[in-house]
Amino acid sequence: MATLAFFVLAVLAIVSAVVVITHRNPVISAMALAFNLVSIAGFYLLLQAQFIGLLQILVYAGAIMVLILFVVMLLNLRHEPASHRGGLQRWLAILLTAGLVYVLGRAIWTEHAAFPAAPAGFGTVENVGQALFRENFYPFEVISLLLVAAMVGAVLLAKRRL
Amino acid sequence: MALEPRFFLMVSAILFSLGVVGVLTRRGAITILMCVELMLNAGNLAFITFARQAGQQGADGQVYVFFIMTLAAAEAAVGLAIVIALFRLRDTTDVDDVNLLKW
Amino acid sequence: MLDLIWLIPLVPLVGVAINGLWGRRLPLRAVGAIACLAVAVSLLLSIGAVWQLSSLPEGARFHAVSLGTWLPLENLHVAWGFAIDPLSAVMVLVVSGVGFLIHVYSIGYMAHEPDYARFFTYMNLFMAMMLTLVLGDNMLVMFVGWEGVGLCSYLLIGFFYDRPFDARTGLSCADAGRKAFVTNRIGDFAFLIGVLYLAVSYGTLNFASISEAVRHADPASHGMLVAVGILLFLGACGKSAQIPLYVWLPDAMAGPTPVSALIHAATMVTAGVYMVTRMSALYAAAPEAMAVVAAVGALTAIFAATMGITARDIKKILAYSTVSQLGYMFAACGVGAYVAGVFHLMTHAFFKALLFLGAGSVIHGMSDEQDVTKMGGLKAKMPVTFWTMMMATLAISGIPGFAGFFSKDEILAGAWSAGNVWVWGILAAAAGITAFYMFRLIALTFWGRFRGTDEQEHHLHESPTLMTVPLVILAILSVVGGWIGIPAVMTGGADVNLFHHWLAPAITLPGAAHGAAEAAGHGAEAAHSAATEWGLIGLAVAIALVGIFLAVGLYRRGQEAAGRIAASVRPLYNLLRNLYWVDEFYDLVVLRPFYRLSRFFAAFDRWVVDGLVNASGITMDITGQIVKLFQTGYVRNYALMFLFGVVVILAYLVSM
Repeated sequence: MATLAFFVLAVLAIVSAVVVITHRNPVISAMALAFNLVSIAGFYLLLQAQFIGLLQILVYAGAIMVLILFVVMLLNLRHEPASHRGGLQRWLAILLTAGLVYVLGRAIWTEHAAFPAAPAGFGTVENVGQALFRENFYPFEVISLLLVAAMVGAVLLAKRRL
Repeated sequence: MALEPRFFLMVSAILFSLGVVGVLTRRGAITILMCVELMLNAGNLAFITFARQAGQQGADGQVYVFFIMTLAAAEAAVGLAIVIALFRLRDTTDVDDVNLLKW
Repeated sequence: MLDLIWLIPLVPLVGVAINGLWGRRLPLRAVGAIACLAVAVSLLLSIGAVWQLSSLPEGARFHAVSLGTWLPLENLHVAWGFAIDPLSAVMVLVVSGVGFLIHVYSIGYMAHEPDYARFFTYMNLFMAMMLTLVLGDNMLVMFVGWEGVGLCSYLLIGFFYDRPFDARTGLSCADAGRKAFVTNRIGDFAFLIGVLYLAVSYGTLNFASISEAVRHADPASHGMLVAVGILLFLGACGKSAQIPLYVWLPDAMAGPTPVSALIHAATMVTAGVYMVTRMSALYAAAPEAMAVVAAVGALTAIFAATMGITARDIKKILAYSTVSQLGYMFAACGVGAYVAGVFHLMTHAFFKALLFLGAGSVIHGMSDEQDVTKMGGLKAKMPVTFWTMMMATLAISGIPGFAGFFSKDEILAGAWSAGNVWVWGILAAAAGITAFYMFRLIALTFWGRFRGTDEQEHHLHESPTLMTVPLVILAILSVVGGWIGIPAVMTGGADVNLFHHWLAPAITLPGAAHGAAEAAGHGAEAAHSAATEWGLIGLAVAIALVGIFLAVGLYRRGQEAAGRIAASVRPLYNLLRNLYWVDEFYDLVVLRPFYRLSRFFAAFDRWVVDGLVNASGITMDITGQIVKLFQTGYVRNYALMFLFGVVVILAYLVSM
């Protein structure tokens, strides 16, 4: 059952990723990306990381995608013009990426391991919360500072007149 | 057939590579940002897989994913702000038009 | 005063500094006065030092002063040392004395030249260098002077750097200076090898130490000593214009006449003779080298004399004469008659300097005409010049009573007593030829009808006092200068040969052990009966007189008679007139291949060496052009390159 779910989700994720990177219309790309993010959330659930899966949907598919769509609408982007520079870039990119896949694949596929039994309460809010506020407390606070900086930066950069 | 970590990692690798191709191939700035999000997500998937594999220390892995998500959000916000500013200047989001840093 | 001998070479350097730096802003009189004063001070110091030296007992006449260490090396220690002994005493007096007279003469002679200060700067520099040469107590200090006089010779020969010199060969004065320097250099190269050989063998270059070491040398080093002797002599051939390196001296006449008088008659060219005499201990242990010296000297004597017969430039006649007389001096040293050689060096300095200064006077009076065939009958209008030059000519011809007679006679006697009949014969023949061409010069210049232009005749005048007084002084010396060396045979056995007494203790003769040099010399002389000696003297004088009569007879009324004889032996005449084509030979065999080699190296330098450098530059340029293409300005291209690097690194890490 889980395996079936995995393969379905895998297909969905990969297909939607392909749509993201190939479709001319940025709105369609954004939609496809949202779909992809949700399937990844599915993966998280399969791996019993419920909290993270939830966050994925809330933050990524919810906030970030909306933000991107906002900007697309704001700039009124319809479609991307075709590249006038020649296909060398495209072919080289595909070639090199194929190489990348091969290298990574070789490293990954040769590791035969199995999932150990999940510890009790793995992936629950409580578990993650404990880890977050105990060992990783300082990074947590610093991240909040980072968010403030990002906010300020975004506002400043996007202003019409300083 | 039981689920093995390497399945998830393989998917993660493929998604990551697709993101790379997208970054290198597309010309719209926003689309490129979307592909970057794709790459980040692939990385997150790998993290969670390893966290699940790690057992008791796995909670730390999820915390890192938490952080990455936060960072991605901040980066998306700032990146989009830059795109808007550039659009105001050049009236286009085509990255090929931003080509002054050359010989 | 003996402790101040180091000042003798240094005082003229003060003149160099003053005239060199500020000479152009000083009035002419001041420049000349400063230069002459510098030399005068050296002369006075020399006289004082020699006086003190003479008060020392005969065998102990030696005083050294060291100004500090020069080369404190592990196996060679050289100091800035000066020393004076009878030999240096003779040299230093001749150099500073004759030098002083010539400086005074130059004040008048060079008065109308621009670059007056430059001339006297170079002259003082020369005096400093020459005095360093003769007063140095080791070979390296002497070599400093040796090279220094070579440099000054170059500077002074090429003094009129923008004037042409020889219409026939196209040589300019600058070329002549260069020829002198380069030819000297060849000799100096051999000289330096000899010096280094000595340094390696004995670990010292001090004359006294070397002489001592040679006296105790073991027979195995004989080959080394012969080699060193010949190498040093080659250096002397360059500096003193012997075969094969004499070719620069006739062309050195491109320089002003006082330069010819000082450098190329009295002082620089005698440096070689001084050096050979100084190394007498070494040559005493290497008889083969001495034989070479004698042979080359004798050959040069007669070879150069023949070239003087047909020469027309008054200075060139005197130049060939100088080469010939230097040959006499070397021949004397080669047969062991060092004292005779140095004696002739001294008397030659007197009468040759006089001849050159007189020639300068003639040229001055003839409005710069130097061809004797265009002169004639100058006796009436230039009496002082005529009579003084006559004294010098009588001296050089070996007429009894004059200085040259005694010195030449001593050389011939030395050759005979050493058993070297060939050398005696060659030198005697050369003496006859010498008398011939000298009287030819006198006859063509001062007797007969005037053959010049009316313009020249109009300006003909005797030279000013500043020029004639040195002539007179030198004329007196040409007469009485020989009287300090009268041989015993002429005084009926009484030994008044002062010069011999003075100089002999400083010289080592072959076969003689320590200090028996004088006895050996005297003994050899006394080995012949008085009759033999008188006979030889008479023969020599007779040969000279024959030469004189021939010359006077042929040239008394101009060259018509000589011209007819020349026409009848045209090939021989051409041979002499073209100086045996030696210069042309050198040009063909040495210079042209050398120039070809130079051109090859120049091309090599330009194409290969520079080519390599340029190639590296071009490589950089091309590399840059290629790398430039990567900077497209497109972000996506940069990202692609980024990915490339990432894949490579990942592959490497994965394969580990």
